[in-house]
Amino acid sequence: MTKTAKLLLLIAFCWPGGSLAGQGLDPALLTKPATDAWPTYAGDYSQRRYSTLAQIDTTNVRHLSLAWVSRLTAGAGGGEGGFFAPPAPPTVTGGVAANPVNIPGSTSGSPRLSGSILQVNGILYISSPDNAWAMDALDGHILWHYWWKSRGGTHIGNRGMAMYGDWLFFETPDDYLVSLDAKTGQERWHREIADFNQQYFSTTAPLVVGDHVLVGTGDDLDAPGFLQSFDPKTGDLQWKFYTVPMKQGDPGLDTWASLDAAQHGGAQVWIPGSYDAETHLYIFGTGNPTPAYTARVRGPRDAHTNLYTCSVVAVNVETGKMAWYFQTSPNDTHDWDSTQPTVLVDGMFGGKARKLAMQASRNGYFFLLDRTTGEHLLTMKFSDAANWAAGINANGQPERNPEKDNTIAGSLVSPDNGGATNWLPPSYDPRTGLLYVVLRELYSMYYLTSTDPRMMVGLGGSEQDVVGSLGTSIAAIDYRTGKLAWKYRFEGTGGGFGGVSGLLTTAGGLLFADDGAGSLVAFGLRGRKAPAPLWHAHIGSVENAPETYTVGGRQYVLATAEGAVWAFYLQ
Amino acid sequence: MHSGRRFRFLGSVIIACAATMTASQAATQRAPDYPVRPPAPPEQVAHGQQVFRSNCSFCHGSDARGGETGPNLVRAQLVLADQQGELITPIVQNGLPAQGMPKFSLSAADIAAIAAWLHSQPLSDRGTPSTLDILVGNAKEGEAYFNGAGHCTQCHSVTGDLAAIGARYEPKTIQNLIVSGGGGRSFGRRSAGAAAPKLPPTTVTVTLPSGQTITGDLDHISAFVVALRASDGTYRSFARHDAIPKVVVTNPVQWHIDMLPQWRDSDIHNLTAYLVTLK
Repeated sequence: MTKTAKLLLLIAFCWPGGSLAGQGLDPALLTKPATDAWPTYAGDYSQRRYSTLAQIDTTNVRHLSLAWVSRLTAGAGGGEGGFFAPPAPPTVTGGVAANPVNIPGSTSGSPRLSGSILQVNGILYISSPDNAWAMDALDGHILWHYWWKSRGGTHIGNRGMAMYGDWLFFETPDDYLVSLDAKTGQERWHREIADFNQQYFSTTAPLVVGDHVLVGTGDDLDAPGFLQSFDPKTGDLQWKFYTVPMKQGDPGLDTWASLDAAQHGGAQVWIPGSYDAETHLYIFGTGNPTPAYTARVRGPRDAHTNLYTCSVVAVNVETGKMAWYFQTSPNDTHDWDSTQPTVLVDGMFGGKARKLAMQASRNGYFFLLDRTTGEHLLTMKFSDAANWAAGINANGQPERNPEKDNTIAGSLVSPDNGGATNWLPPSYDPRTGLLYVVLRELYSMYYLTSTDPRMMVGLGGSEQDVVGSLGTSIAAIDYRTGKLAWKYRFEGTGGGFGGVSGLLTTAGGLLFADDGAGSLVAFGLRGRKAPAPLWHAHIGSVENAPETYTVGGRQYVLATAEGAVWAFYLQ
Repeated sequence: MHSGRRFRFLGSVIIACAATMTASQAATQRAPDYPVRPPAPPEQVAHGQQVFRSNCSFCHGSDARGGETGPNLVRAQLVLADQQGELITPIVQNGLPAQGMPKFSLSAADIAAIAAWLHSQPLSDRGTPSTLDILVGNAKEGEAYFNGAGHCTQCHSVTGDLAAIGARYEPKTIQNLIVSGGGGRSFGRRSAGAAAPKLPPTTVTVTLPSGQTITGDLDHISAFVVALRASDGTYRSFARHDAIPKVVVTNPVQWHIDMLPQWRDSDIHNLTAYLVTLK
């Protein structure tokens, strides 16, 4: 080997983000449909959660068996293994809190693994509130563990990490964006992304697009929502897009009762969006308006739709400027945000090839949009139970029936607080043209518990009691008509929120889901006929949407349950 | 209103859901209060309230949630960021002339006490019990519905299972029970009073290919397994494949489930108004 060749090889191995032979992520992977790797939140930018892998299919899935299971422990001792467990590397500690708040599942015990797991070059990257791990995708061996000492905040979940070259990014409940070296788990930097004192808490997975790390956050008080873009190298803020009007002259201000109401209007961005490389648009959903359960202070009149709450919003990733929006719940009064994944599909509609964006919303309605312009194409109710709207207006938006607001005497309303669907990722199967969605048809009595809107800040002023359910199902929505091709009802879920955590389809003709009764299930898809359950493994309460990848030429199916990561393959 | 078809409420429903209620995770996972401040001594909080009432409430309201001219201070950004008065003090001592707030010559200790009182105030009533009266219905119309259109007497009796129900449960619990038919874990989540009555169990009948039938209380069910407990306590489970064995689940509150999409809120309110009179 010549000196030049040696030098070139050395450069190739040392290049930051190098993709020749290192462990880093080749950014080109992000723009392709999900295949061998799982390099971003939904496998690819479209959020279809459809894998082109077909090694495991309807004919052999019954032979799917355990490859490995790896149990994780949160907190300072999380890297060291248990008494009977093999030794593991010590935990790398970060965080700004002098005295970290003790939170089971974060500082100790079994973590809640409700996020996506990245799989890049044979390594899995896993996160939970305040914790991150790297794991060998062949056997579940832990390579490193990182723990963030928390100053507190809502520790409801963490949706996963993002990757850029050899660098990882994840958010903490106490509002930091943390970047780690993927090889070692050592911290590169951390940046405060929201004001902890205003009760922001951060759960979402960042998304890397080009030289941008797109970061959302959450809040249950009444702080304004926003999306931010950070430089993956330096951690510098590139732009910040507010989802509510913040000053006089801002667009949408006339849809609020006052500027003060808008500035306290919510619209949090707490689930990752989709990305359309052609238009450079990042397409994401926004949260509910606040106060959540009364329109009195923010929208007493019909014109007060409270933009851009409960909306699908498209922002140019280079400029941070909004290109279009569509509001799915004008003046929402039930805390049904519209943060559900917006799935990008190229398909026929109305006899023409269209570039589409579709969302099944928490409010029980399905929306089909043109993703280039935001043009509304179709609205259809996908929950039979949803009873809160008086009808659909000329813009294709369901119009709220004030009699189904929270009332002092109580109103029987579906969906319940959890929604007809929620963060639970849907899956779109290009072979059938169907969008598969977790559908929850629960009813609650909604009671207004305050007559003083000043006590209804954030999520105040409401008591909701679940009083029944028509069940939890997978609904197959034909986007061309919005009608259901089929609905598969889970018998064992009892209609509760516990259960179905998200969906995955593969080119092997399979749909993976948990059944809400402790089993990961593989269904054989049969077109417009209801699917057939073909395989299951009882692994406990499944916490995330299943994923699939190949390592060493072999296809794996991955899911988490009760603090453990489970991998399956064909023996 | 409901049709005769739905009235087969004790009829067998193949593959019905086992239990109907669990508390919504989203609704029950309450955010902790931010930021986590050590509570101030009660006498300091009381003193703060007194100082606030004499100096600040004229503009900001006696509860500090906003008055004629002053904004809501409890959820103000600056107050949320303040720890022990360090951010509030300069504003009180210097005023905000541009916004019409005069300066006040209060001692540092008085202002720290005001801060302690402000920080002790809840940001909202989230999670606190409601004392509002939910009874708006007409008891007479509720009684007519109970005996007539509602067909409630097919299963229930005001001298039997519902005797003195108005003395046993608070109105909100009764109203929730009317819709649910019983059971559930989320009832009275924030309400005082007795726990809701337990539901009679969901039962299941399994018919084996041999023709043998086994009946018992449903333990759990999925697409792959059905399990039951027989009347003598014996636990039995069966693998399921395609439609074998035949499984028939009977939910005792199936009528209430079928009724969910049919209810009018006014009928629910009237029924509640009637049932609370049964003491």
